[in-house]
Amino acid sequence: MDVQFILITVCALAATGLIAALILYFVSQKFKVYEDPRIGQVEGVLPGANCGGCGFPGCHGMAEALVKAEDLSKLMCPVGGADCMSKVAAILGKEVTAAAPKVAVVRCNGNCAARPKTANYDGARSCAIAAAHFAGETACSYGCLGCGDCVAACKFDAIKMNPETGLPEVDDEKCVACGACVKACPKNIIELRNKGVKNRRIWVSCVNKDKGAVAMKACKSACIGCGKCAKECPFGAITVENNVAYIDYTKCKMCRKCVAACPTKAIHAINFPPLPAPKPAEQKPADAAPAGQTPLENKPAAPAADAQPTKPQDTKAAE
Amino acid sequence: MKTFRIGGIHPHDEKLSAGSSIKVLPIPKEVKVPVSQHIGAPATPIVKVGDVVKTGQLIAQATGFVSANIHSPVSGTVKKIEDFVDGNGYRKPAIIITVQGDEWAEGIDTTTAIRREITLEPAEIIKKVQEMGIVGMGGATFPAHVKLSVPPGKKCEALIINGVECEPYLTSDHRLMLEKGQEVMIGVKILMKALGVGKAYIGIENNKKDAIENLQRLSTNFEGIEVVPLKLKYPQGGEKQLIDACIRRQVPSGKLPIDVGAVVQNVGTVYAIYEAVQKNKPLIERIVCVTGKPLREPSNFLVRIGTPVKELLDATGGLPETAAKVIGGGPMMGRAMVHTDVPVVKGTSGITVMDEKDAKRQPMQNCIRCAKCVSVCPMGLEPYLLSKLSMLNRLEDLRAENVMDCIECGSCSFTCPSSRPLLDYIRLGKGRVGAQLRAEAAAKKAAAEAEKAKAEAEKKETANA
Repeated sequence: MDVQFILITVCALAATGLIAALILYFVSQKFKVYEDPRIGQVEGVLPGANCGGCGFPGCHGMAEALVKAEDLSKLMCPVGGADCMSKVAAILGKEVTAAAPKVAVVRCNGNCAARPKTANYDGARSCAIAAAHFAGETACSYGCLGCGDCVAACKFDAIKMNPETGLPEVDDEKCVACGACVKACPKNIIELRNKGVKNRRIWVSCVNKDKGAVAMKACKSACIGCGKCAKECPFGAITVENNVAYIDYTKCKMCRKCVAACPTKAIHAINFPPLPAPKPAEQKPADAAPAGQTPLENKPAAPAADAQPTKPQDTKAAE
Repeated sequence: MKTFRIGGIHPHDEKLSAGSSIKVLPIPKEVKVPVSQHIGAPATPIVKVGDVVKTGQLIAQATGFVSANIHSPVSGTVKKIEDFVDGNGYRKPAIIITVQGDEWAEGIDTTTAIRREITLEPAEIIKKVQEMGIVGMGGATFPAHVKLSVPPGKKCEALIINGVECEPYLTSDHRLMLEKGQEVMIGVKILMKALGVGKAYIGIENNKKDAIENLQRLSTNFEGIEVVPLKLKYPQGGEKQLIDACIRRQVPSGKLPIDVGAVVQNVGTVYAIYEAVQKNKPLIERIVCVTGKPLREPSNFLVRIGTPVKELLDATGGLPETAAKVIGGGPMMGRAMVHTDVPVVKGTSGITVMDEKDAKRQPMQNCIRCAKCVSVCPMGLEPYLLSKLSMLNRLEDLRAENVMDCIECGSCSFTCPSSRPLLDYIRLGKGRVGAQLRAEAAAKKAAAEAEKAKAEAEKKETANA
């Protein structure tokens, strides 16, 4: 009697289990969501920082996009770089066209000496708040506010304020070009540019759209939109719009002719070996030079007068 | 005595210029008239360089409903239409006029004779207010005709006139109520007619006893106007606080005063409306209070729009060496100016000069969770929480905590024992949430329009078939 009772129980349970398993099997077949197994593999290769620098919500989003993409050239993990992308390409069996690595570049060189203070700000130390209150502590309404929102935004410790210049500086080695600082800057000063061979870069370190005389009065190292660099450039890489020059890094061939032509030293060239003629072009001396020299020579604010100090340099460069 | 029920602070009122009667400042040699002196779309200039303009002539036309006309405050020649550096350092377009004499445009009554009889019909009054470019003169500069145009389905039950001037230092409204009481009362009557209401309250804080007495005496001749003396408390001049203080109604979150049947106007605006309706005079001059402890003679001036602030300061004996900060507006809600070559605009209620000791902000320390900010917030918000959420950029949470209800009065920052810049951060978060809300509203509108267009196209198709 007892044995029979146990048998019935066991059979009933087994039958219920079997039916449930069958239902589950059919349901899972019917409502199956197919996920490409390669997505998991690709995600495993990605750094997993979930920084959003690629433009997707985290590494999983990027992995999905990579698997879906026909051509990988437009997608780039800024943190993992070329190594990571070649691993991804191997998994997907596609070719990777190495996208040029980028780096954040600060487009303001109005340091304390070049840009005299016209007001004092003692409110909350945040660029976003300062920008909502007023244009800045100096007469330049486009320049760096110096409260360090970019520093706070960087997750890779790659950007730091230099207390001497009051401007942020980017560490080439640490910067992964995720673009967080670009978004954080209320003045739109930071730009992602090509990292360049041996980290060599040339850029116009100013975004002041004021007319030459006004810009010059506010900041001695401002771009005054004189257009000399554009005339000098043999590759047509420089355009002057709204009184400010811009170097297109896809066209620039790093000849450095514009650097010598700039009357206010607003064009910066870093990590280059020194030019045969005038000055070493290492970052620090290049930064310090305009602050030390121009105040004496460029006193008259009219743009016509700006031509004077550049003449000797032009001839030197030609030699 | 009445006051609003939630929160509030008691700063020293420091009404240094309360005893100084309104002086007419001479017309300057050159005026800069910004084309955006109000909330809403900037006006479009309708004059060219070289044009000769008369005082009171329209020089920039309103673009859209929420915008205001701008009239020439002087007679002379248009010298330039270009950008100037505003008090906050940013560039803004302005019409610059070189002054020649003072010849008024035709049809403007420049006499001081008082006209009591209101001949215009309500719709005509609102049209006149719009034509004359009247905006809220308390500092918010919201176009006045928008507030007077009650949306269909809603009814105005009480008109409330803001004579509170709760901002410390400022006295321009005080002097106006004292010296132009008759005109203000007629102005209130005009507004009552325009809105079709039988009851108006003029709320005045108790530190202006002479103004209360003056208007109370006059109100015996004007039916339906009641002067309400109010207990001294900041920010009583806030629209929602004043409604609560005068008629004990609270405006719900996200709603407007008209939803509780109230319309609020500043006394300065009322006076400007009197001049527009009875004298046909556009808003081209205003009373500006120039005050502060370092100044030799804090005074109240009647000045033309576009006069540089520098000249106002000179008229009080010049900007002294000890001055550390010049503020456009009062010390609570005003903004520090980067330089003083800034024109007076429609919303300039005062210029406050501060010395080093008063101007200095203390360094920020850690929040000690004393909840003083919570108890003083007149909107019943939690400022410590809002500012922290704003620092962390948690916009969804900010929205859930009703950040958009903040009236930016600064009571929280004022009271904080750790000198935390609470309002600065809240304002930042409010701006971001506001941008998000506007984007959502725009997307919704676009979607609705697309659907409408689709439905119409379908209708056409079926009609054709």
